[in-house]
Amino acid sequence: MDNYLNKTYIILDRELKGYFRTPLASIFLLVFLALSSGMTFFLGRFFERDQADLTAFFSWHPWLFLVLMPAIGMRLWAEERRSGTIELLITLPVTNTQLVVGKFLASWIFTLIALVLTIPIWITVNYLGEPDNHVILISYFGSWLMAGAFLALTSCLSALTKNQVIAFIISSISGFVLIMAGFNLVLSTVRSWSPNWITETISSMSFLSHFSRIQMGVFDLSTLVFFISMIILCLWINVQLVQVKKAD
Amino acid sequence: MFDKLINATNLKKSFDQFIAVDNIDLSVSRGEVVGFLGPNGAGKSTTMKMLTGFLEPDNGEIFINNINLKSNPLKAKEYIGYLPEGAPSYSDMIVADFLSFIGKMRGLNDSSLSNRLEEMANQINLKEMWNRPIETLSKGFKRRVGIAQALIHDPDILILDEPTDGLDPNQKHEMRNLIKRISTNKAIVISTHILEEVEAVCSRAVIISNGKLLANDTPKNLENKFLNKNTLSIKVSNKINNVFAREIKSLLKYDDVKIQKTDISTHTLLVSDSKKNPNLNTVLKQISKLKLDVIEANFQKVSLEEIFRTITSENNSK
Repeated sequence: MDNYLNKTYIILDRELKGYFRTPLASIFLLVFLALSSGMTFFLGRFFERDQADLTAFFSWHPWLFLVLMPAIGMRLWAEERRSGTIELLITLPVTNTQLVVGKFLASWIFTLIALVLTIPIWITVNYLGEPDNHVILISYFGSWLMAGAFLALTSCLSALTKNQVIAFIISSISGFVLIMAGFNLVLSTVRSWSPNWITETISSMSFLSHFSRIQMGVFDLSTLVFFISMIILCLWINVQLVQVKKAD
Repeated sequence: MFDKLINATNLKKSFDQFIAVDNIDLSVSRGEVVGFLGPNGAGKSTTMKMLTGFLEPDNGEIFINNINLKSNPLKAKEYIGYLPEGAPSYSDMIVADFLSFIGKMRGLNDSSLSNRLEEMANQINLKEMWNRPIETLSKGFKRRVGIAQALIHDPDILILDEPTDGLDPNQKHEMRNLIKRISTNKAIVISTHILEEVEAVCSRAVIISNGKLLANDTPKNLENKFLNKNTLSIKVSNKINNVFAREIKSLLKYDDVKIQKTDISTHTLLVSDSKKNPNLNTVLKQISKLKLDVIEANFQKVSLEEIFRTITSENNSK
């Protein structure tokens, strides 16, 4: 077991350092900070709302992640396949699961770093008023969980192609579908012609529905189970895709 | 046969309708260097990918050091060092970090890893490039890094897919010397389409074409097998004019006798017959009657290249 975890950690370590070996990490972190603050203060009207909370900050996360998570995850497998290094990896004494999990965790930890860097916004809101820090902490955790689901989806889809741009596009489109599933516009259209349970199922699959509840400070087990099972399902499909597509 | 490090039987692999490898048997023992020869697309790389566990065969079994690669892949892979075609590596990493990553993944602990890294730096001459990103290295150095990652855990089995492809003649020579140096206690399989490489480093040549194994023998035995026994070549230090040539031809009772001028003072007689092989003693006796001074007499030699062409073109025409 130790050996199993150790190999997963070695993969994780290489991948995580890989983000910082190129300008990718700094560019990504800068873009993430600029967009998340810009959206909070300008689009979210943080000051005009005159409320001591971070709703203006978190409510943009699903849309931000829709573009930024595919940008982080698109290279995970597409690049291995393009450069042929997948042949090195698979012929090492490790399982495909270790490889997939190690790579995914690296990208998830990288996202955690990005989220941690937004803490000054949290400090600002505490300086200006008395927010419910419990809700903010839950929202941070929820945001990270949602990022994980986006990343697992991207990782899985990046195993389908050797081209990072294609991986980015199909991941963004799939993410968009998963967000829109919770949108009132979509739900009311579906509700008009389908039984209630279909609408409920579609809504329960939505990143937006789950994340909206988290933002209100409601973190129930179903949300945790949803995001975790989404991650596990995508990574499981990822392992199968690596196996099937490795030699294409 | 406890020292049979690779033992593969009835290997078969198809991609859709295309049969890439068709019932190949291959075994390699410790100390052997097997040269995998074949035209492009013959199935060399596919076979190597199966031997290293990258591809699963549709049929057949592979034992690595007596361990079934299919049922115990992680254990079996520990014994193999593999250089894939084109020597892929993480181009953004520096040489030291890349080799260290592979070493750790191969299960080396800190102390043995640092020893092996030092050995690799010296043995494969990577010292001067040690802290350079791989993407900035020349093709030759990239190939060396590829060899180093395959050797980092000092494996019993080394599988090298076109290790000298794209190298200049000096680098090729170095690579061959390296392979020779490390071959004594390992089983090595190298694929190539350069025949001189097989003659230079391999103890056995395996010729493969259209997925089928066509020959599997030492380079020497292959030469002997394919020696053209039909044509006897006799070099004489005499000047032969047309009249003399006709006299020789009428004396030698064979279908086809050719006389070629080799240089100013020597000629070569090429004697062949469609029904029977010419007998060396008989021919020599006959020409001694004409007072010809024989310098050299042998059955025409064929190069490995000719053998390769003969075997693969025969297979293609089938």
